Amino acid sequence: MRKSVEKTGKTVNDAINAALLELGLKREQVDVYVIDEGNRGLFGIIGSKVARVRVTQKETSEDRAREFLSNIFEKMNLDVTIKIEEKDNLLHIVLFGENMGILIGRRGETLDALQYLTSLVVNRGENEYVRVYIDTENYRMKREETLVKLANRLADRVLKYRRSITLEPMNPYERRIIHSTLQNNKMVTTYSIGEEPNRKVVIAVNSRRRVEM
Amino acid sequence: MLKELLEVIAKSLVDHPMDVSVNEIEGEQSVILELRVAQEDMGKVIGKQGRIAKAIRTVVKAAATRENKRVIVEILQ
Repeated sequence: MRKSVEKTGKTVNDAINAALLELGLKREQVDVYVIDEGNRGLFGIIGSKVARVRVTQKETSEDRAREFLSNIFEKMNLDVTIKIEEKDNLLHIVLFGENMGILIGRRGETLDALQYLTSLVVNRGENEYVRVYIDTENYRMKREETLVKLANRLADRVLKYRRSITLEPMNPYERRIIHSTLQNNKMVTTYSIGEEPNRKVVIAVNSRRRVEM
Repeated sequence: MLKELLEVIAKSLVDHPMDVSVNEIEGEQSVILELRVAQEDMGKVIGKQGRIAKAIRTVVKAAATRENKRVIVEILQ
């Protein structure tokens, strides 16, 4: 929730400082709207008027993400609790509720779409890039475990039959999991072929190593 | 509901939310949603190689599955 307060002071600056003190925020974390600039009046007595400002906490990436997602879930008639943690330019979002399968979709397709759209909304018109990660029911973690197991199993098969294996099309995130799982396996090598969205990982026997041996 | 969902998504992505409009053509089992945005916002709803358009369609389709409907999202010039 964005905090907001209206304050008065002898000068605009005094009023702003009073507001910052009450909100517990720094100057760069707020937007200031001057309602009345005030007037010191003659000799500070006749016709003097206090300055009045409205100081509002700036909209954060978290606010933007939360607003965007809750609007979407409302229109989808889904009751979803959105938990957001922000750390080192990463918005870590976890969704809780029933029917989360709808938000995951086939192979996480819908979750990926939501994550991508949220990152566009959060970063629109901003200089600093904030990464967005969305998960529900531990889907991404479980999927990662599945992919690591798959990579290791297929690498064994590649070595056993001495033949390359081409995997199903995957998104960049999933391909990276396959590559990094087998990165330290000196017996095989991995690379990607094809164009998005049909780009696939190939696991092959590391022929360079064979020559060296 | 699908119409409003598409509107919400499109309005959050573009620079001119006032120029976003969605026309809904309702069939028996399917819905066609025609999305119009300001000319300079076309890129904001289509993206490189249609990546944004694809993500929008994926989310709208997920919502439609809940209502047992087939949905087609058309982005009009």
